[in-house]
Amino acid sequence: MRIRKAAALAATFLVAFICGAHGAAAQQAPAKGAEPSVLHIGYLRFRIEPRYPHSFVEIPPKDDGIAGARVGLADNNTTGRFMGQRFELDEKAVEAVADVPQAFKAMVEAGRRLVVADLPASLLLEVADLPDAKEVTLFNVAAPDDRLRGEDCRANVLHLLPSRAMLADALVQYLVAKRWRNILLVPGPKEGDRAFAEAAKRAIKKFGARLVAEKAWEHDPGAQRTDTGHYAISAEVARFTQGLSYDVLLVADEEKGFGDDLLYRTTEPRPVVGTAGLVPTAWARPHEQWGATQLQNRFRRQAGRWMSERDYAAWMAVRSIGEAATRTRSTAPAKIVEYLRSDAFDLAAFKGVKLSFRKWDGQLRQPILLANANSLVSVSPQPGFLHQFSELDTLGIDRPETSCRMGSP
Amino acid sequence: MKRTAASTLGLAVSLALLSAPIASAETIYVSNEKDNTITVVDGSKLEVVATIPVGERPRGILLSKDGKSLYVCVSDEDRIAVVDLDTNKIRRHLPSGSDPELFALSPDGKTLYVANEDDNLVTVVDIEAAQIRGEIPVGVEPEGMGVSPDGKFLVNTSETTNMAHFIDTASHEIVANVLVDSRPRVAEWTADGEQVWVSAEIGGTVSVIDSKSREIVHKIAFEIPGVAQEAVQPVGIRITRDRKKAFIALGPANRVAVVDGKTYEVRKYLLVGQRVWNLALSPDEKRVYTTNGVSNDMSVIDVDAERVTKSVGVGQLPWGVVVRP
Repeated sequence: MRIRKAAALAATFLVAFICGAHGAAAQQAPAKGAEPSVLHIGYLRFRIEPRYPHSFVEIPPKDDGIAGARVGLADNNTTGRFMGQRFELDEKAVEAVADVPQAFKAMVEAGRRLVVADLPASLLLEVADLPDAKEVTLFNVAAPDDRLRGEDCRANVLHLLPSRAMLADALVQYLVAKRWRNILLVPGPKEGDRAFAEAAKRAIKKFGARLVAEKAWEHDPGAQRTDTGHYAISAEVARFTQGLSYDVLLVADEEKGFGDDLLYRTTEPRPVVGTAGLVPTAWARPHEQWGATQLQNRFRRQAGRWMSERDYAAWMAVRSIGEAATRTRSTAPAKIVEYLRSDAFDLAAFKGVKLSFRKWDGQLRQPILLANANSLVSVSPQPGFLHQFSELDTLGIDRPETSCRMGSP
Repeated sequence: MKRTAASTLGLAVSLALLSAPIASAETIYVSNEKDNTITVVDGSKLEVVATIPVGERPRGILLSKDGKSLYVCVSDEDRIAVVDLDTNKIRRHLPSGSDPELFALSPDGKTLYVANEDDNLVTVVDIEAAQIRGEIPVGVEPEGMGVSPDGKFLVNTSETTNMAHFIDTASHEIVANVLVDSRPRVAEWTADGEQVWVSAEIGGTVSVIDSKSREIVHKIAFEIPGVAQEAVQPVGIRITRDRKKAFIALGPANRVAVVDGKTYEVRKYLLVGQRVWNLALSPDEKRVYTTNGVSNDMSVIDVDAERVTKSVGVGQLPWGVVVRP
């Protein structure tokens, strides 16, 4: 059974390859009844069952990320009808760390050359460094880590999700524009929290804000949801913020363990920003500008829930591939990747400007939304933050300061 | 102080009289997306004379062939309102398919072609029978709609597929797909039927497509000193019948470009209100009216003088505009 399946997949790939070459020469509407050329996009996902969520209001969806890729696939196939192209998504979810390399190898053996990586940074690197990954391009939709765009960058990885540096820069630009310059930084205990805090400190320095204090959050909020638990957390936050003078509290709590508990409970009345309160993000529920309403509607109809940041990154990954296939009139992976990395590529992704990949680290340059659950507050880059080439490059690590040395891919 | 104000007003009035012999009896209708209304502007005085409630999220608007009715896409109600322009009241509704945004009228005035943004469809509506006669699958997020002057071809743009689809109106089949730049919005035919101009909002260009070869013969780009390139987002297009002048609305660049319709040279940028989207030419082609979505007003452009003569406050988030002779 398994062998037959593999043989069928290999045959499909052969067809895709031949048709891909044929498709390159196709013009305008393809002849009726002609076989479309097929491109299989891999989607590799490592999933840890989330621990019991801090808030029962937002249970993490089981199809986070992949649901966005599926909407992108439907979009690609609608366009593909006019191009004689068809797109398929080969999804593979892995639940044990040790199984990830094998799952990836199986994808490559089945002919996948474009793989959406819904993986944490360590696994993404492991996969990218496999000999099997030489001819593969990975589309990072889950790891915001700056090191993946810096010292640990890889020539075979493109990043759809914004980096932590981009998020922090977007947020601090806004704080500086508001003249809320004095910042109290509150990192949580996790590795991601510390990394977000580092990005925030870098942004504070970069845009001339002031770090008045850094105070780690160590309180365990376990009892918060029991009856009268709110008394304990109120008292804890009030104690924690007592005697500090600042304009705004910047919290780094990526897994959302305590950030929301800081709001309205500080000693002085101060806004909370960062991973709770006002949050910098690639996508947000209240975003409806630049036609975003259409994508929100499309996603909600197909997935039955709101679109998350990871869904959006996965949608952009699949749409980027589709856009390159349309423009090159080809489903050949090498042609698609060459186009994605060229100056000709741009992606319209409901942000009002063209998005494109940075040559120096493979990061997609993009505006960042600043939003809470129900209101889009602002969009960075903020007016007045200028750049020699693109104002979008005021967010994140710019070419002159990059530590990425991957050479040409 | 009072006298100064009075004399300033007097000066303004006499200037207006001098500069604008607007003795036209035309009426301008503007759809206001957030207000759920149509603003009616008297063309001779350039004053708001009525506001018509039409239903939720009015966007595309068109005048009926006999000039007696206004068709309005009420997007969130998934239908088209027909407004009687003698009474300014809704007379009836037409089916449209889901989320109608922009539409086009056949030259005989009998058929509406509607872009259903949420369904990747163009819906064909028989106006008299108030019935849907066909659905044509198109690209992702259909938007711009334009019927050729002879009524034989319909061009629809799809915003995420980035194509202009040429559709045979007799067979309802797509006969060609022309790739244009990112996020195509408006498709406008020249009066001679030789060309279709398609604006690309994110691409920042207007593609001029030859309607016979269905190939792009020219791409118009815009560069405005002191305005960020990202802010140049072309949407509305109007071309004079003799194709001497084309007017192109540039969105958040807050300008309308005046383009030579034959050489494609951009001759001038006119500063209008904020986030200018759609345009309408007066029947005598002396004026262009614009909808400015952020400043909630309509700018009036003098076509011969190539300058903005007036701004008229309308409703919230003005979207579409048409002129009734």
